[in-house]
Amino acid sequence: MLECKDLVKTYRNKAAVNHLSLQVEPGRIYALLGPNGSGKTTFMKMAAGLVKPNSGELLFEGKPIGVYSKAHTAYMPTEAYFYPYMTGADAGKYYQDFFDDFDPDQYARLLETMNLDPKQKISKMSSGMMAKLKIALNLSRNAKLIMLDEPLNGIDIIARDKIIDTIISAFSPEKAIILSSHLVDELEKIIDHAIFIKDGAMVLAGDAEMLRMERGKSIVELYKEIYAE
Amino acid sequence: MDFRSNIPLYLQVMDDIKKKIITGDLALGARLPSTRELAVQYQINPNTAVRVYNELESQGITFTRRGIGTFVTEDPSWKNRLRREMAETLIGDLVGQLKEAGFTKQELLDTISRFYDQPSA
Repeated sequence: MLECKDLVKTYRNKAAVNHLSLQVEPGRIYALLGPNGSGKTTFMKMAAGLVKPNSGELLFEGKPIGVYSKAHTAYMPTEAYFYPYMTGADAGKYYQDFFDDFDPDQYARLLETMNLDPKQKISKMSSGMMAKLKIALNLSRNAKLIMLDEPLNGIDIIARDKIIDTIISAFSPEKAIILSSHLVDELEKIIDHAIFIKDGAMVLAGDAEMLRMERGKSIVELYKEIYAE
Repeated sequence: MDFRSNIPLYLQVMDDIKKKIITGDLALGARLPSTRELAVQYQINPNTAVRVYNELESQGITFTRRGIGTFVTEDPSWKNRLRREMAETLIGDLVGQLKEAGFTKQELLDTISRFYDQPSA
């Protein structure tokens, strides 16, 4: 679905993504792992078409990133990107105007399961509520590729469980989901595939169950091993 | 249920389902949740949930009715087989470890019987 070859993105003279090659297949949930500053967000922004690579190839279903890929890709950035005067319901309408694949019924259901009031103003929401709202908006799109940047960062345990349940429920064999995190333990059980990146380059990747079996270690333990200095 | 990191997830979920059949939490012939429901219930990857059902079915512990769902076997002999399998795994592991620690057979039997007679907490 997504093919990335020898991708490079530099900011000034620092390489954020450094000769990264990877493939994303439908029907799988990926974890993009690495500490802050390892290039996870830059990679996602390039795949979402928000940042242009300096060199390398990035294809979505064989086509360069562009109008087609953007229509089928849901990308949730870490920042809060709403106008504070909007309510949850307004944000839904905004998404509906923007994306043909937005499902308002699904959005209403997700707001309900996450205990969010559609009439509440975004400026009055806590950071946990805002995080859930972003998830609800992006998972209400029937996108083929769903990229969630740090979906569980700063979220309490109860909301975390709701978000994980929602991600699992939104998944289907035609879709690929990429979750980035620097907190691996919460993703360990729900991922098919782990991609470890360090300084913008891939250091280890593979099927999560295979990695656990081959190395006799959990993804969490592998993470600690790779990033311990 | 607590997950152990060094055992494949699908095996751990399978063991949990087997345990529920042994204790009767899951009756013979009972309908199991859909793979998606199972994934949400255990907070596991949906592909892992599919694998759990495939493996259980290939072992004969569950069966699928097309378009209806997955069910626990109706064969009553399974309950005993699963109980025996559970005992052999747990006791095998226990005896192995305690033997290594130098326990004699009699010491082992005495300890087991003492714990058996203790009211469980």
